[in-house]
Amino acid sequence: MFDLAILQSRFGDQITESTFRDNHRIVVPAHSLYPILECLKTEQGFDALMELTAVDYLEYEGATDRYGVVYVLLNTVNSERLIVKTMINPPQLELPSVYPLWKSADWLEREVYDMFGIVFPGHPDLRRILMPEEFTAFPLRKDYPLKGIGERHNFPVITRAES
Amino acid sequence: MPLTQLDTAPPEAADQEFLWTLNFGPQHPATHTTLRLVLTLDGERVVNAVPDIGYLHSGFEKLGEHLDFNQYVTIVDRMNYLSPLANEIAWHNAVEKLLDIELTPRCKVLRTILAELMRMHDHLLNVGTTGLDLGAFTAFLYAFQQRELIYDIVEYASGQRFHTSYTRVGGVLFDVNLDWADKVRSFVKGFRPVYHEIDKLLTRNRIFIERTKGIGVLSQADAINMGATGPIARASGVVRDLRKDEPYLAYADYDFNVICSQGGDCYARYLVRMRELLESIKIIEQAVENIPAGPVNIEAASDVVLPAKPAVYRSIEGLIQHFEVLMPNRGYTVPHEEIYAATESPNGELGFYIVGDGTTRAYRARTRPPSYVHFAMFPQMIRGHLLSDVVAVLGSINIIAAELDR
Repeated sequence: MFDLAILQSRFGDQITESTFRDNHRIVVPAHSLYPILECLKTEQGFDALMELTAVDYLEYEGATDRYGVVYVLLNTVNSERLIVKTMINPPQLELPSVYPLWKSADWLEREVYDMFGIVFPGHPDLRRILMPEEFTAFPLRKDYPLKGIGERHNFPVITRAES
Repeated sequence: MPLTQLDTAPPEAADQEFLWTLNFGPQHPATHTTLRLVLTLDGERVVNAVPDIGYLHSGFEKLGEHLDFNQYVTIVDRMNYLSPLANEIAWHNAVEKLLDIELTPRCKVLRTILAELMRMHDHLLNVGTTGLDLGAFTAFLYAFQQRELIYDIVEYASGQRFHTSYTRVGGVLFDVNLDWADKVRSFVKGFRPVYHEIDKLLTRNRIFIERTKGIGVLSQADAINMGATGPIARASGVVRDLRKDEPYLAYADYDFNVICSQGGDCYARYLVRMRELLESIKIIEQAVENIPAGPVNIEAASDVVLPAKPAVYRSIEGLIQHFEVLMPNRGYTVPHEEIYAATESPNGELGFYIVGDGTTRAYRARTRPPSYVHFAMFPQMIRGHLLSDVVAVLGSINIIAAELDR
């Protein structure tokens, strides 16, 4: 069971809790993210990481931080869900990898890296996963336009003679 | 059957030069869709497999930030194209949770029937093609003949066989009539005999069992830790089904069982899918006899729901309402909030994380695709097995590349 008091006594009271519809959420500071998630997994029973994603708040009204990284945790015994969110800002786009806690973070962190350029030190194999290896931009950032920045029409055409 | 660990090759084998590399895909009939595996083989034994995905990446999540909640339904359709309506229901389930919309009883039951038909649609294809990949052609034909009937039912409701784009915020595109319910009834009636034919062809078939039993074992602890959901988790002994654990639509009203197995191998996944077909039929049987009367959309006075097409074409009020919902400077207000909502799609937990920014477009429309999480487990499942088992394991985890890459 989730217990906010334990987390606050151990990791400081910068942790804020909120509820929207049936979503139960906490926002934690980035520097204590890993110990908090470890505590949630080992002591409070959140044994599965269902979802890991990021949001770019560049154009969001009233936002003060650039990126939010969201972890949806699940307790498979009593079906309790908890959404843990942490905010990070450039140039320090780094968060500790949670792969040692949940193996499902493997590809999910690779996708966040691929789409947002957030690096997860400690990940065993942090490569691009959906975009090609030679791609340089991070397409789900809000400053990346829908039509791309010329990857399609500047793509080198290989003629039959060259191939 | 007790859970056993696979015999994995010793780690030093990776440096040995008798190993050879084989590219499996991206265009291979047994991958079903466009995905690539780089296999390291010792003779016929798979030492390692490195999945390479992204061939079908088309930026669905970026498109979701530029289309409104009703328009994006045409895109989510194309994620898991084996069960398009299940994706639509999952997407609008998340949107309606964000907007705090309570559906009408008729709409809930209608969506429940369609979601279960889609589950059967997906499981039938999976059971059929698993047999097909392993050399059992006949069961595939029985399965596909039933899928055609489901296409007919869906076409009768929405006008489209495949990419239906049927759901809307607060309801569905068109209401169904009594003939539709009769079509569903006759499908239900004819399904059980065909189910038993498929069952007789595969379940105790010695070749099929030898090709699938003990192959691709996923232990219960790994299934939880690696985020498995749906039939794959249930075949590994994880007793979880969102229809029971976090009921949505009208599932709380129906009597059905959560099918589990302890095996964790390809055969267990096949058995779970087969039994889930019967549970889905049970739900449809109960639902189709009790479709509530009344409107299918939430009240037309709300500024969220689109008016019915006859009202748009034949009355000025309907036309105004239509533009009020659709025009970019009108629309409805969406809370500045974020929501994660998941449904039990045929493949597992299909979740959407939506960030609302006050407009009728999502600020961020993230999909949590079950195929993506399941395919990450593939290297662990296949290590130590034979090359010919690659297709058995790939078939049993039901990878849909369009959903994988989005």
